[in-house]
Amino acid sequence: MNDLRNLVSTLVDKHGRDEESLLPILQGIENSESYVSQEAMVEIAKELNISAAQVYGTATFYSFLSIQPLGKYVIRVCKTITCSMHGKNQVISELENMLKIKLGETTSDKRFSLLETNCLGQCHKGPAMLINDEPYTDLTPEKVREIIRDIQQKEFAVN
Amino acid sequence: MKVNLTIDNIAVSVDEGSTILEAAKQVSIHIPTLCYHEDLCVAGNCRVCVVEQTGTNRLLPSCAMPVSEGMDIHTNSLKVRAARKQVVELLISEHNAECTRCYKNGKCELQELSSEYILGDNGFIDLIPFKKYTIDNFSPSIIKDDSKCIRCQRCVRTCTELQSISALTVAHKGKEMKISSFYDKPMYEVVCTNCGQCVNRCPTGALTEKIYIDQVWEAICAEDKHVVVQTAPAVRVALGEALGMEPGEIITGKLVSALRRLGFSAVLDTDFTADLTIIEEGNELLQRLTKVLKDGDTSVKLPMTTSCSPGWVKFIEHTFPEYLDNVSTAKSPQQMFGALAKTFYAEKLKIEPENIVSVSIMPCTAKKFEADRPEMQSSGYKDVDFVLTTRELALMIKQAGIDFLSLPDDEYDSIMGQSTGAGVIFGATGGVMEAALRTAYEVVTGREVPFKNLEVTPVRGMEEVKEATIKLENVLPKWDFLEGVELKTCVTHGLTNAKKVMEAVKSGEANYHFIEVMACPGGCLGGGGQPIPTNLQIRQKRTEAIYQEDRLKAIRKSHENPEVQKIYEEFLKEPLGAMSHELLHTHYTVRNRQ
Amino acid sequence: MEKKHLKRLDLIFKNEHDTEEILAKVLAKKNEEIINDLIISGLKGRGGAGYPTGLKWKLTAEEESDEKYVICNADEGEPGTFKDREILSAVPHKVLTGMAVCARVTGAKQGFIYLRGEYKFLVPELEKAIAAFHNLLATLNLDFSVSVFIGSGAYICGEESALFESMEGKRGEPRNKPPFPTQKGYKAKPTVINNVETLAHTYSIFKYGPEKFHDLGVKDSHGSKVFSVSGDTPIPGIYELEFGMTLQKFVDDFADGDAKAVQVGGASGFCVPRKRFEKTVIGYQGTLTGPSLPTGGSMMIFNSSRSMYNVLHNYLDFFVEESCGQCTPCRVGTQQLLLGIQAVKKGEKPSLYLDKLLSLAETMRVTAKCGLGQSVANSFSSIVENFREEMIY
Repeated sequence: MNDLRNLVSTLVDKHGRDEESLLPILQGIENSESYVSQEAMVEIAKELNISAAQVYGTATFYSFLSIQPLGKYVIRVCKTITCSMHGKNQVISELENMLKIKLGETTSDKRFSLLETNCLGQCHKGPAMLINDEPYTDLTPEKVREIIRDIQQKEFAVN
Repeated sequence: MKVNLTIDNIAVSVDEGSTILEAAKQVSIHIPTLCYHEDLCVAGNCRVCVVEQTGTNRLLPSCAMPVSEGMDIHTNSLKVRAARKQVVELLISEHNAECTRCYKNGKCELQELSSEYILGDNGFIDLIPFKKYTIDNFSPSIIKDDSKCIRCQRCVRTCTELQSISALTVAHKGKEMKISSFYDKPMYEVVCTNCGQCVNRCPTGALTEKIYIDQVWEAICAEDKHVVVQTAPAVRVALGEALGMEPGEIITGKLVSALRRLGFSAVLDTDFTADLTIIEEGNELLQRLTKVLKDGDTSVKLPMTTSCSPGWVKFIEHTFPEYLDNVSTAKSPQQMFGALAKTFYAEKLKIEPENIVSVSIMPCTAKKFEADRPEMQSSGYKDVDFVLTTRELALMIKQAGIDFLSLPDDEYDSIMGQSTGAGVIFGATGGVMEAALRTAYEVVTGREVPFKNLEVTPVRGMEEVKEATIKLENVLPKWDFLEGVELKTCVTHGLTNAKKVMEAVKSGEANYHFIEVMACPGGCLGGGGQPIPTNLQIRQKRTEAIYQEDRLKAIRKSHENPEVQKIYEEFLKEPLGAMSHELLHTHYTVRNRQ
Repeated sequence: MEKKHLKRLDLIFKNEHDTEEILAKVLAKKNEEIINDLIISGLKGRGGAGYPTGLKWKLTAEEESDEKYVICNADEGEPGTFKDREILSAVPHKVLTGMAVCARVTGAKQGFIYLRGEYKFLVPELEKAIAAFHNLLATLNLDFSVSVFIGSGAYICGEESALFESMEGKRGEPRNKPPFPTQKGYKAKPTVINNVETLAHTYSIFKYGPEKFHDLGVKDSHGSKVFSVSGDTPIPGIYELEFGMTLQKFVDDFADGDAKAVQVGGASGFCVPRKRFEKTVIGYQGTLTGPSLPTGGSMMIFNSSRSMYNVLHNYLDFFVEESCGQCTPCRVGTQQLLLGIQAVKKGEKPSLYLDKLLSLAETMRVTAKCGLGQSVANSFSSIVENFREEMIY
């Protein structure tokens, strides 16, 4: 709780106490915490002198802000028509198989979340996905396996 | 500057900046609206008010579109009718249209609109089965039924603009978009003050008060129960609206008559305890002034604020908890009445308090919550058992088959039924202040408050924040420390204004002794439990009626109320005394800001 | 394999490294001259709506206010569009130059690039470019600075007033218009908001003069346009082409030989069937049956193996999710269109129900509050009318 309070106050100091700072602050919380918790919203509301419901209203509007905890790596697969036409579903099946989760879920070790998203602006290189902020394009099941395996190995090495 | 345009081929000239909707009204054309409300900023989101401009393919939202020179507007063209009908059809498709089961049946703006447009069978797919709607009925005051919500956002704007609470917000987007509290928690658990202003403006049955009509009928019909009813000042100037009368008619006599016919054992008046509140609260003010100005006691807080508006009380508990010691400890007239009904009144009539059922008729939804507060049981029982809004009472009168308009006038019962003009004006913003000044000034100086006909006009009216400074001169010896003191008072209504005042107090910018706050615009007469619709004009009519009622009263100062004098002699002994402390004063709770 | 009927232009992406020179040259001109040049060039907004850029700057310049803003709209969310991403990563200095000149013309001191969250990976490079550009501005004594504001995944924030709301910390809900951004934009101050590509084009106009730009394209649609080509094409990618081409020529160059439809302008644009390729011209004016078809640059090609029902379903899924939800026609209308085509497909509703849906789409076009809701009818009606049998069987 104190950590969270510090995080919020750091973000508020950085971005300011005006309501215009709300989105950057929420993004900062999302980046550090993987989601915007109830406690975080209450804290932000206090700092910006707005109601907690207003923070909630803004937070739930944006699909890159989550009110549920997500994994360390958030995978967002583009579901726009052109990516679908070039094998998005195979990419998702592969990810589901590898991570042993369904679309919309987070692995039990809190490493990965698998989501769909609207157009990533990579249509000429579809299927495409974002892992956190990083885009991956021209995906095939093989390529997906490599990408995930690399991350898993990196994670394994860290631990 | 004037702008000329034609609407449905009628020439009209209106001020620059007017909307098409306003211009149409001037030439007697009614354009249907749903999200629009006179008290609120323009949203332009329901799209029911669209009109056609010659030469433009897109239709224009008349509520949001300013007029421009030479506009040729059609409000009822085939294109407009077709579009409007489809917009209504769309709204119906996401609305739980079980109208016959709905509290708002017959009073629902969407229902009215759909009846005008004869939707027929060939509608859109019913979206209700695709949604997981919840009904939030945990609050003792307000029920929120999302399945009936048409997302016009009147409630959100009310909560934000008029009340600065923002307990309600718009959450999510697209098909998931909904009106929500913080984390979609029950209204009971969030900063909601239960003021019910949202209920007053909801066009459908999505936000309604919690109804206690059946419980009251049951009590009335129970042979062993003595059911007393009290009526708040603002009810007598508004009930008529719900029963087919024009705003501003005073129906006190008919109200008493109707209540007697409904079967209440005694018809009593909250105005009586309003007078009593003035005695207690006025003395508290003088006591605080004595302690601060004479004794230099820094533990006693000034400014003192009023405490009779339960919406205001809950607001300050959530928003300015550091100022709870500034709130008068005097209970509201409703709760004073409740506490006395099951003690003093019970003794007098020799009825066991457990057999008394205490009902109040209030212009207010927050009063339901207030009656439910755990501290409101000083009689040893729940002091007020059931609180009905003005609207619920109107419904009971209809249910009972009473032809209200032709009822004869009747008088309140005695013992807690007599009141003064000072008690009546409690229902209008500035009324408590005026009543308090009428008494306090006289206590201190021995003279009547220095205003013609006792009318303290600076504190009256719809201005957002009203200030009045009254210099105390030639005071009675007991109050010599007040000689020459300028008593600074402030009156405000609507919580947005209350917030401004409190922020000024907090910053030290404002330096008042006494602040009256009413949570609702216009005071109780604009309360969340009053007949729908509400707007400034209606509230002004009710205000006029309240002051009219004051003028007609034989006694117009609380301390001259004979029943009040008597209750001190016989029961309470003295203001702020031990008995008062036990029955008539309360304490407050710090609440979070979620 | 690659056919080249259409002239490929190279104005936008040519990296000339002459920013300082261009800026010095244009800033030496009077504001009126700069505005006039833009008006002469015929440059219109490249985000899709096509408002004359010179006029937008002029109106904002004329507003009296102590605070004004220049915003680059890089919330490129229209399905099938990816050109702004490429412009911002390849030639950010051109965009920044356009913003700086606009600031001088209008009197703005502060600029923002509203970058969609999906493009956050561009930030480090973009920040470098901005820092370098700020150094350049310092030498030119122009009091103007640009910062990046990152979005968080909401298509509707590409709508200019929704974008302001979002920057103000609110939900990205479009506002009523008027007032327009030139009068009351970000923080209710006069604001110029231009698409990335539009700003980049101003650079070419400053450099080569307005006439050169005006000479490209056709009557109402001047200059070049960057197209994002995707779908059933052997050569997906970003191409700068002249306005005024017919869709047939485009398909000849870019499709796989089996194109049955082209979605011009993304999910909110029109779906043009094969039989109309010859007659459809890409430009700003009109509609599917009009003289030319507007587009923000998204060109999605579908060949005969594709189900247009699936295509439409995909678009509607998108709209149902991305509608801000505030206005009735868009919030409920999109849901009804989606459920409606599903019901017809499943046989739960008669095929005639499609006509009710078409009329609903028309109602949405004329009653919705913003461009999103109004333009759902574009793809919906053009697909249902041209591929009706695919909706039923």
